[in-house]
Amino acid sequence: MSTDYVGRLEERIARRTPRMVAIEAIGPLTMLGGVVWAIAQPYRLAFLHPAGKGFYDWLVEPPLLVIVVGIVFAALIAPGIVEDLRGDE
Amino acid sequence: MTPRAEIVHWLFASGILLLGLILLAEAIVGQEIWRRRRWRAYLWPSLAFMIGVLLWPVSVFYTNSTLHMVAHASWAEMAMIAGGAQIAVVRGKLKSRWWALTVSGAMAVSGAAFLIHEQNPWFFSRAAFLHHVLGWVLLVTAIFPIGQAVKPRAFVFNAGFALTWVAVAVLLYCDRDIAPIFGHLSPLAGIPK
Repeated sequence: MSTDYVGRLEERIARRTPRMVAIEAIGPLTMLGGVVWAIAQPYRLAFLHPAGKGFYDWLVEPPLLVIVVGIVFAALIAPGIVEDLRGDE
Repeated sequence: MTPRAEIVHWLFASGILLLGLILLAEAIVGQEIWRRRRWRAYLWPSLAFMIGVLLWPVSVFYTNSTLHMVAHASWAEMAMIAGGAQIAVVRGKLKSRWWALTVSGAMAVSGAAFLIHEQNPWFFSRAAFLHHVLGWVLLVTAIFPIGQAVKPRAFVFNAGFALTWVAVAVLLYCDRDIAPIFGHLSPLAGIPK
């Protein structure tokens, strides 16, 4: 691996402020919450417990919704905020 | 073929969870950085307004009593008023920071509606329990927008307001039409699933 690349990466990591870390953590932590919930209550997922489940049970699965919200935040909202924080600092 | 009430609650929980995360991010970075991109400033007021709009079909299609319809309609109205007022504040049409009180009013009315329209005691069913918890959470945390009006930059009020919506989302995700809670469930509530 190029030492120049590693150097820039280290510099970038060092420049991350607690606010950046917090913003970047919100999405993954939400996703993790959804995963933990799915493991704790697998019967809330229709594809793991399909017996007697209807159309809406397949469409709306609460732990997956939590993961989707985390993905939406991490992919669409967090990057812009971190970029603005980086520009500010 | 309408979805069951619990499924609608889970969908609203997702919207409210996203609202909570957006507010939390705003609380962490502060209003100045948050509003650096124009679209971001409109994000939570628009989401609150949209939740209000989407509550109207719920009021129409999920009315097993007049009280239910009135409660859901009052949430729809108050969410639209609060969201609309905040959109106007962001746009610059309204200047006073005291418009934050519309949010406080919305939360207080919603909390009261939860408590008034739930006719059953706390341990009648899980839904009854959650209605009582949600009602009290919203009533008590209506203090946060008042704090935001008094001290707009205070982290405790901004973060408290954000986490309130995360808590409301969690409670809505917990909603099941029929499920036992703490081992107490009235036989009148139905068969636990």
